[in-house]
Amino acid sequence: MKGLKVLTFLLCLGPASVLLWKGFQSILGANPIDVITRTTGRWTLIFLLVTLSVSPLRKILEMPWLIRFRRMLGLFAFFYGSLHLMTYVWLDKFFDVHEMLHDIFKRRFITAGMTAFALMLPLALTSTTGWIRRLGGKRWRALHRLIYFSAAAGVIHFIWLVKADLRRPFTYGAVLLLLLAFRAFQWGIARVRSRSQAPVVHAETR
Amino acid sequence: MLIKQSSDIPSSEITSKSGYMSRRKFITGAAATGAAVAAGFYLRSTDETHVVEANNALPGVIKSPLSTTEKPNTLQDITNYNNYYEFSTDKYEPNGLATNFRSRPWNVSLEGLVKKPKKLDIDTIMKLAPLEERIYRHRCVEGWSMVIPWVGFPLSALIKAAEPLGKAKYVAFETLFAPNQMPNQKSGLLAWPYVEGLRMDEAMHPLTILAVGLYGEALPNVDGAPVRLVVPWKYGFKGIKAIVKVSFVENMPPTTWNRMASNEYGFYSNVNPQVDHPRWSQAKERRIGEFLKRPTLMFNGYSDQVASLYSGMDLRKNY
Repeated sequence: MKGLKVLTFLLCLGPASVLLWKGFQSILGANPIDVITRTTGRWTLIFLLVTLSVSPLRKILEMPWLIRFRRMLGLFAFFYGSLHLMTYVWLDKFFDVHEMLHDIFKRRFITAGMTAFALMLPLALTSTTGWIRRLGGKRWRALHRLIYFSAAAGVIHFIWLVKADLRRPFTYGAVLLLLLAFRAFQWGIARVRSRSQAPVVHAETR
Repeated sequence: MLIKQSSDIPSSEITSKSGYMSRRKFITGAAATGAAVAAGFYLRSTDETHVVEANNALPGVIKSPLSTTEKPNTLQDITNYNNYYEFSTDKYEPNGLATNFRSRPWNVSLEGLVKKPKKLDIDTIMKLAPLEERIYRHRCVEGWSMVIPWVGFPLSALIKAAEPLGKAKYVAFETLFAPNQMPNQKSGLLAWPYVEGLRMDEAMHPLTILAVGLYGEALPNVDGAPVRLVVPWKYGFKGIKAIVKVSFVENMPPTTWNRMASNEYGFYSNVNPQVDHPRWSQAKERRIGEFLKRPTLMFNGYSDQVASLYSGMDLRKNY
């Protein structure tokens, strides 16, 4: 398991390493900042979706141990999200706070992107075992459902920034809907079960 | 007289048999690889004769006082970073996808409100006026810019050849529709073929050119070969590529991006740092090759020449 974790960790660093390597080789194309922005943004979304697919996969594939990878994958989503945000703050706005505030309130795709990042922040901060203990499993799980909204905001951010070709953002959107539909389905089943069990319990106690 | 003995080569410098055999193997292998690569290039070049032809230098190109003195972007950047939605919505892909585009034979049809409709072939078009080098700033609506050394001639020369009637108030342009050559035309992303338009006074302006070349050579396929429009004070998408039809009309013609999203792309689409795109700012731009963003200039820095065309017009409404 430990070896597999190290391997996953290295794989997750892949996109950032490729970017770094291409940057040093000066082969990022005519507009390197654009490439960095797009690549980090894309991998943030991919890691959010991969993180969200851990729960469904461990149930469908009956591989409960997959849960041990979820924290790492989620933190990588945060890692790429932070790089993406840094690209904007540094290479696009050059730390111009006034201009960034203007953007956040006026440009809806920036609003959506900032929302997605802001929602990831508490999740990254409370990702440690200590925080799970402090919050208690139930509250911790409730808090970490924020990832649904973060991913949705991320997809909306992507949809709102493209000029005409919506195929890519819609693909991410479709995957997200599928992953959320699985949860809704599970939740529905659980409710129906608990309802159909309720009268039985009632009858027994009587 | 001292005669030096010549046979004192240390034995360590004499290559062993296995050593030179493996070296021979390597050389043979390298030669074979080289031959294969050369053959590959040969096959490519015979397969793409039009590409070779397109790389010929254009004769008799004269300099123009309308050129900027700014340093042009490299051919590499100009041909590998641009929007050509007929090939791909990615800016890095069109160059590869356009290599097999056939820019010859090529005819441009002149029609609508003209004395007599006619078709001109590209060689005739290229002789309508002396070819000039026009080094222009190019500002994309997305917020990046370049400096491009076009080769072309004033659009007014073609308009004169078309002999439009007095009723003609606008000029409408149309790109080739050939889904077999332009793969993205099979998608419904935009309403194909791409159409653009100019008001007659904009079209007749000396800065407005039809470009047929770049960096002294025939226009590369990826930049709109064999003939495209360049209007340097407007956003790049007004510069329609691979033109097959020019028609003269009385009313403002439809334009592709305006049809796609009329609140974002107007008919005029003049570069204007004060009027933002609804979704992003137009105040600054990233010049390709530069790290810091630079402020965007009114009419892309061509105010002195073109501002009078729009006097009295509300440019916030007529974006």
